[in-house]
Parts: sequence; structure tokens; C-alpha cells
Amino acid sequence: MSKNEINISTGLNCPIPKSDYENVLLAHGGGGTLTHQLLDKMFFPNFSNDILNVHHDSAILNINNSRIAFTTDSYVVNPIFFPGGNIGDLAVYGTINDLAVAGAKPLYISVSFIIEEGLPMDDLWQIVLSIKSASIRAGVQIVTGDTKVVDKGKGDKIFINTSGIGLISEGINISPQNCKPGDLILLNGSIAEHGITIMSSREGLEFDTEIKSDTAPLNSLIAEMLDTSKNIHVMRDPTRGGIASTLNEIASSSNLGIQIYEDKIPIEEEVLGACEILGLDPLYIANEGKLLAFVDKNDAQKVLDAMRKNEFGKRSQIIGEVTENNPGTVVMKTSIGSNRIVDMISGEQLPRIC
Amino acid sequence: MKYLNEYRDSETAKKLSEEIKKITTRPWNIMEICGGQTYTILKYNITELLPNEITLIHGPGCPVCVTPLELIDKAIAIASRDDVIFTSFGDMLRVPGSDLDLLSVKAKGGNVKMVYSPLDAVKIAEQNPDKKVVFFAVGFETTAPANAMSVVEAYKRGVDNYSILCSHVLVPPAIELLLNSPDNRIEGFLAAGHVCTVMGYEEYIPLVDKFKIPIVVTGFEPVDILQGIYQVVKQLEKNEYKIENQYSRVVKKEGNIAAKELLRKVFETTNRKWRGIGEIPMSGWKLKDKYSGFDAEKIFDVRDIKTKESSFCIAGKILQGINTPDECEAFGNKCTPEHPLGAPMVSTEGACAAYFHYGKVKRKKFVNE
Repeated sequence: MSKNEINISTGLNCPIPKSDYENVLLAHGGGGTLTHQLLDKMFFPNFSNDILNVHHDSAILNINNSRIAFTTDSYVVNPIFFPGGNIGDLAVYGTINDLAVAGAKPLYISVSFIIEEGLPMDDLWQIVLSIKSASIRAGVQIVTGDTKVVDKGKGDKIFINTSGIGLISEGINISPQNCKPGDLILLNGSIAEHGITIMSSREGLEFDTEIKSDTAPLNSLIAEMLDTSKNIHVMRDPTRGGIASTLNEIASSSNLGIQIYEDKIPIEEEVLGACEILGLDPLYIANEGKLLAFVDKNDAQKVLDAMRKNEFGKRSQIIGEVTENNPGTVVMKTSIGSNRIVDMISGEQLPRIC
Repeated sequence: MKYLNEYRDSETAKKLSEEIKKITTRPWNIMEICGGQTYTILKYNITELLPNEITLIHGPGCPVCVTPLELIDKAIAIASRDDVIFTSFGDMLRVPGSDLDLLSVKAKGGNVKMVYSPLDAVKIAEQNPDKKVVFFAVGFETTAPANAMSVVEAYKRGVDNYSILCSHVLVPPAIELLLNSPDNRIEGFLAAGHVCTVMGYEEYIPLVDKFKIPIVVTGFEPVDILQGIYQVVKQLEKNEYKIENQYSRVVKKEGNIAAKELLRKVFETTNRKWRGIGEIPMSGWKLKDKYSGFDAEKIFDVRDIKTKESSFCIAGKILQGINTPDECEAFGNKCTPEHPLGAPMVSTEGACAAYFHYGKVKRKKFVNE
């Protein structure tokens, strides 16, 4: 069956041709084009509604004249403890950040555990304490939850799902569709630290680094940005798939071009070194405490100044701008002065042979 | 970062670009042998800095791309066995075999592990004495010393459940084949800096003399490549041909003597099939008899391999520099990194994937500022 013959509206036939993928691959969860294939061909058409179709990090619900942001995320990180954090605070901050980049003040979250039989009780205790302190730090309450235990070998130590809701104040309107030509793109610090930390803590990759995950709650930073300007058009947290994937998603949903500058993007030396060794491109590597903000060019400087005053925005930079040229495409001026396209990643980045 | 920033510097790149434009008076076709260089050329869009007269032809130096299909099918057959842990570098896992790739074997429950060094595979073998641990030993002269070391280590430590599925290939016989081809249009080479780090560049001197062609051993950063191109063009314009070493901060004429000694101990040259190109005489390495107990092809009696290449894929012509990826009718539509028909669409160092990702001739052209 060719792709053109598929009628996705029926929902009866698998719209991803079985000849291509008989089984789900890890890359289907990698945040790149295979993930988007699942979303665009399986999930979105079947679950379609006006709220979902905005494709925001959070759903925006209008209830009794209040705008409520609602989001959910599951955490399956391996290893569960890593330099800079663990699966517990990651699960809290990830959901909070998804609410905050929608312009909401995060209020309440749920926490559900899927625990593999045999997990040391002490590990669970550490994780619970981290969840507690992360929620206090971020100013949210954990108001509901669930616990399931699966047979040994049927899980991987512990998986955590968190959902959250937050309130959007009047006058704030942040959405991927709002980006406009001329908007400047702000980034709150150095990239790729979470992904490199996780990769270097995994078995088989024995190099010592001082790199720590950037896991952090961004709600205070975002609140200060929103206090500074009403002209922040889009915000996203570039997690899985890195800043390249997020920028591509925005370019494609707004059908505008994005121009970025390689020498403006902050990257720690050690992260760059690890990327060189492994043959990975830091633009595609996950972050857990970063945000990209698309701001009207007249307000960009004052937003940048405000960001740099916050503990999670000290190394903020203007890394690029939105253009009418090259619609749907991200173009980067390289360090040697040439231009190249920054594409959506297709699967997982695989370390090269030599 | 020292030794990197200065080779990615816009001022230096600009100067070299101007120098190349100044000395170029007519068209020249230059091949970069190594996939790592192709990657840099596309990633930094280096052609934007070159005069129109210079055409860069992408060479066959992508180890993933030239590994023969039947060996990938064998790897898939071995990896599917219950008694095997199959280990490999990351970018081999997505290379399409006739029906499957290794990642699909993993998704179906096969024990396929990505490792960063063959020595880690030996360790896995020690930790799993009830399993047979196989490492997919592909690559050019660059990766061979580490693979040889893994065999020597396993031999020394008596790890008899370890083996390698070996498909090492060598650069000089490939250069000779390309230059002997009636379709050849290559007038100068950038030789692969990392291959020469191991092997040195003495073995290229006979090629320079026989074919009267400039060869410049070149590094992998954008400034390295511009410098290499400058040196090749300078020779061509003066009607000279000699071997030069642009990558002297790493490469010595004699190479790495200890590594070469190890290679001599473990491997011997053999005829080798290159995917898309065919058999090239004495263009590969196989394990010597002393180490044949570590040869996965001898341990696992894999038969009935019936290979089936995609009829659309023109990887062979691309690997020989006869066509560019965008000239393939499947490029970007039937063949994408998600659905590769041929290996050059898989590895970051494959010419097709580099064209696809870095968009020199992507489906849409981009406007410069």
C-alpha cells in the first residue's frame, strides 16, 4: 500500500504502513520525524478536537471564564539517578515547565508511579523526597496520584507520570501560531546538558565529566519575563529532540522561516567535547531546564535583561530571528560564515563509527 | 575548545576561501575520500565558500555504506539467535539489510547492544559466559586497531565466547579502482586524515606517481578542508602532482607504528566486496589463522542468505562519485533517513544522509539572508 492510498479518516487501517514498521522502534519515541509520524498519522487524526489541534505543550481549557492549562508527561529515564537530579525532580519540573511555557502559573500536579518489583525501598524514598522538595521549590501541590507495581523484568526500575494544571492570567496569549516575522528568539542558557549527562552516565560510556543535567523549574523565570513584556508570542521548552526539533516545529506550524546563529548558542566546553567524541550534534540533544522565547523585537532587550537576572537565565542569549524567507525551514549561519539547513532529526542520533 | 575553534574560525575560513578563488582559473573535480569530510562539507555548506569552478565529489569512505549487504544479512541472522548478544557501533544498527535492520531485530526481542568500543564487547562476553557475544567489526583502517586489540585481549584472557563479524576495508585499493574506471573524472584527492593517522601516507606515494594526481592528507574541520582544497588546487593549477600533508598536527608519514604492528599480527589482506561497487582485489582485512577461532563467519554457519537490493538505489554510483545523491530519483521521496533504501542514507557520514539533513539541494532551496 502506498502512502497516498491511505485514508486516515477511517481509523480502521493502521495508517503507518506495516511494511515499513511492523513494530514500534525506540526512535518512535525520540521526538523526531518518527515520533511526528505517530502523532500526525495515528494520534492526532483519531483524537482530533479544537483544543488538541493547537499542538501546544499544554492544552488550554476555557472553564467558567478562566483559562486553565493542562498537561501530562511520563518519565522513563535510565539511569534513574544522574548528576544534577533524578527521575523524581525531573518528573515534577518537566510538567511544570510545560505549563509555564504556555503562559500559565502552575498550581496542582498529580504523580503516578509504575514500579518494578525489587526496586530498593531506599531508592524510592530518595525519589519521593526529591519530588517533595521539587514541588515546594516550584510552588505546586501534589493533589492526587496512583501506584502500580509490575513483575520483575516487566518494567525498568520505575516509571513516573505527572499531570498538572495551571492558571493563565488575562492578557497573556502564548501559542506556537503567534510567532511573527521579525520576532527575536531568546534562549535562557547553555544547551544539551541533560542529554549528555544521561548518555555519559549510561553503561558502556566511561568518560568522567563534570557535566550536570540542567533539570530546573522555569516558572519563576517565565513569570518575570511575562511581567516584563506582553509581547512574548511563543515559548517552548526544547526537551527531547533538542532546540533543533523545537525550532523546526515552530517554523513548520507558523509557516515562517527561522534564522539562527551558531556562534550565539551557548554550549559548555565539556558538552561540546562529549559531542565531538560521540559524533552528536548538540542542537538535537535534550534539555530539561531550557526555554526558547519568541519576542517582539522592540521588547527583546528588556526581556533578555530580565532573564539574565534570574538564576535560571544568567547565560541568556538572543540566538536568532523569525524571517519571511525560507518558510517552514530553520537555517543556521555556521561559525565559518556559511548557511545551512537545520533539519528535523529522523530517528535517534546514533554515535558514529569513527 | 583548543584544536577545534581555530579550525572553525570564520576569519581564517574567509581568507582561505579568497585564496582559493584567487588561484582557480579553470574547472577542477576534487574527491574527498572520507565520509567524515563529506559530513563537514555539507554541515558547514563549504561549497558556498568555493568558486563555481570547483566540484567536490563525495567518495566511498563511509564504512557503514560499503559494508556488503550479505554481511548485514548475516549479522541480522546471527543477532536473531537466542544464544547471541550482538554488539555494534550505533550507526550500523539502522543500515537496511534485504528485509530488516538490526534495530528491528532488537524491537522483535533480539539481544542487540550498542557499544562504544569493541573492548566493551569483550567485557560483555566475560560477564555472559553462557552467551556468544559477537561484535560487528566494520570500518576502514581507522577502526581496525581497536577491533584487532579486542581479539588479542579476548585471546589473552581466554574469552572464547567472543567473536567478530569482520568486514574491514582499505582506502588505497579503492582509490586505484576509482582512477582506473573509464568513468573517472577525479583530478585530485583529499585523503582521509584519520586513516592516515593509523597507516601514515607512504602507501599513497605510488598512486600519486602512477596516476599523476595530487593527494593531500586532510583533516575534518572546515578550515582543514578548505586548506586541503587550496593545496590540491594549487598543485593542479601548477600542473604538479605530489603527496602533501595538511593534517600534520595529527598525521605522521609513517603513521602509528604500534597500531600497524598490531594490525599485522591479527589481520591479513583479502579480496573484499564493497556494497554498491563490487569486489575489489586485496581491499580488505580478515583474521589470520591464529585468530580464526574469533571469526563469527566460521563459528555461525549462516547459509541461505539471499540478498535483495532496492532496485531504485544508486548507492554504487554515488559511492564512486559518478552521481550525486540529488540525482537519484528516489532521493528525498522513496528514500529518506526514516526509510533508507541504501546505506548512504543512514550514517551521518553517508553522502545521501548528509545531503538530506544539511540541505544543500534539499527539496526546497533556501535563500541566503
